[in-house]
Amino acid sequence: MPTASRDIVVSNKLGLHARPAMQFVDVANQFDSAVTVHKGGEEPCDADGKSVMQMIILAATEGTPLRIEADGADAQKAVDTLAQLFESKFGEEE
Amino acid sequence: MEIKKGIGVSPGVVISTAVVLDAEDLVIPRRRIEADLVPAEVERLGKAVAEGVVDLTKLRDDVTVQHGKEIGGIFDFHLGLLRDRKLQGDIVNEIKTNLTTAEYAVSTVMRHLANKFLAMPDRYLAERVKDIHDIEKSVLRKLIGQKHEDLLHLTQDVVVIAHDLLPSQTAALDRTRVKGFATDVGGRTSHTAIVARAMGIPAVVGLGNITSEVSGGDTVIIDGGRGVVIVNPDEEQRVEHLEAERKHVRMEKDLEALATLAAQTKDGFSLSLQANIEFPEDIDDALGHGAEGIGLYRTEFLYLASDHEPSEQDHYDAYVDAMRRLGGRPMVIRTLDLGADKYTQAKAANPERNPFLGDRSIRMCLHDIPMFKRQLRAIMRASVLGDVRIMFPMICTLMELRQAKMVLNDVLEELEDEGVPFRRDIPIGMMVEVPSAVVMANQFAKEVNFFSIGTNDLIQYTLAVDRTNERVAGLFCPGHPAVLSFIRDVIRAGARNSISVSLCGEMAGDPLYTLLLLGLGLTIFSMNGPDVPEVKKIIRSTTMEHARHVARRVMSFDSERQVMHFLREETRKIIPEAF
Repeated sequence: MPTASRDIVVSNKLGLHARPAMQFVDVANQFDSAVTVHKGGEEPCDADGKSVMQMIILAATEGTPLRIEADGADAQKAVDTLAQLFESKFGEEE
Repeated sequence: MEIKKGIGVSPGVVISTAVVLDAEDLVIPRRRIEADLVPAEVERLGKAVAEGVVDLTKLRDDVTVQHGKEIGGIFDFHLGLLRDRKLQGDIVNEIKTNLTTAEYAVSTVMRHLANKFLAMPDRYLAERVKDIHDIEKSVLRKLIGQKHEDLLHLTQDVVVIAHDLLPSQTAALDRTRVKGFATDVGGRTSHTAIVARAMGIPAVVGLGNITSEVSGGDTVIIDGGRGVVIVNPDEEQRVEHLEAERKHVRMEKDLEALATLAAQTKDGFSLSLQANIEFPEDIDDALGHGAEGIGLYRTEFLYLASDHEPSEQDHYDAYVDAMRRLGGRPMVIRTLDLGADKYTQAKAANPERNPFLGDRSIRMCLHDIPMFKRQLRAIMRASVLGDVRIMFPMICTLMELRQAKMVLNDVLEELEDEGVPFRRDIPIGMMVEVPSAVVMANQFAKEVNFFSIGTNDLIQYTLAVDRTNERVAGLFCPGHPAVLSFIRDVIRAGARNSISVSLCGEMAGDPLYTLLLLGLGLTIFSMNGPDVPEVKKIIRSTTMEHARHVARRVMSFDSERQVMHFLREETRKIIPEAF
């Protein structure tokens, strides 16, 4: 099984709050690959990228470094697309 | 095991399985289930979540149409959480590993999640805890809602535990299966108490928070005589209460023997003991207890028992059914007396600020003549089949009475034109239940064929006490000298104008007041069927002379304390076991 991963930093002001978390999960669910989001820092933890509950519990505020990992046939495409969401700040800022 | 003390409002003892209604605050106590019930609980959870998703989707779409995508999007997060496989997985795991009900599992998992939110350093995210509570509630409501429906199709005997029973809920109960009530709030004259006494099943009210301490499936003892509820009793208590239950049944049996005997004092004065009913089916039981007729048929239950307003035919069918059961005995049909109850207020477009002083009862009927006429037509059509009488509730002014009679006259003319037979000289009466009607009783007596004193409302309006408000319910007292002199005045006005006077409030069925009412000259007592034997026992054990003496003494007192004390002493001499 191919795997892929990418490190990103949460850059939108309000962090990974309800709406971006939903957006992330909706996109993640479009892929067959399993998606895991790993939070580093002082309190590292993992979230299932297809569960909005776990994503929101990450409490990823602005500046939090995250690693997006995918495991499955479309792993690379999943990671690229999901990372793009963070880069566009979930369409929240100008 | 837990013993709770409340107000016993209907005697008897029952041990049965609890069904908990209307847990609005959604406190879900832990309850273990047997391992073989796990799949059923998981299925209930799945169904509740699916229903929640449907509701929420509709809500989101409606909100989006009305307020735009931005606002509607708020519910996307709710929906996302509700559909979350991980979250559902956690709840299912909770059911499986800890063997709990779906409700408890939802509650546990969601509260755990809520705590995680609260612990977040980010204020904005911590705020989302409200969403978690919202979702928890919507799923729980669905789970509890499923149980609600089950109340209509009970397969075993149960006792109903509720915050306060609504008329619409009691109207929908499977009466053959419900064996007792216990509620958080209420008093002796609350709806729960009235229904329980009419059904002849034990009830304890005013228990505080019984709904949060009992969960569906618990074994509960309800001792209506002592006002005690025991949750999950131990063996010793079971035995003790089963014995008490048997004793109660024996006492009931002794009283039942009175059913066929006349309601006559030792010195030969005959009284008429009648029953108050809500459904025609109540009649069999009432007659079994020795009632000689129906002094009050509360027709509002026709409205409460179904989700649409009853048609003329619905009314007619109910009245015909009632008369068939009565076999020629008299029946007083009270026209619709709705309005100030939670049921109509909840349905009203603009709930009234002061419903007991608002558009209720006869006022409501006079504001909706077509509805009023439907009921009057049905009563008149049924009038040829037996001894039917018609009674208007809540009459406050002569104009109201005359208006109501005018509507009735219209109905008679219509029926005559249509060639439908009816009884032209049907007796027309009114409830005397507001102070203005008491004060003007002499004038009213010239325009009706009978009075019926409705003490529940009369006391409420005289003493300005809402009997369902537990903070002031203690002030609600039939023995208040002002109430008693009102009752005396109405009975006198009736006698002076040669019209009959009955009393159909709770007071008529309370043996404590029997001697007094007898002595004041009341000749017709209308009460809940199961109360008939005890009242009859008192009547048969006394003389009119003694009752008059009691009444004279009571009317000389100036406080309800003296009244109650004296009546208790006097009544205890006749039925020591009741006090």
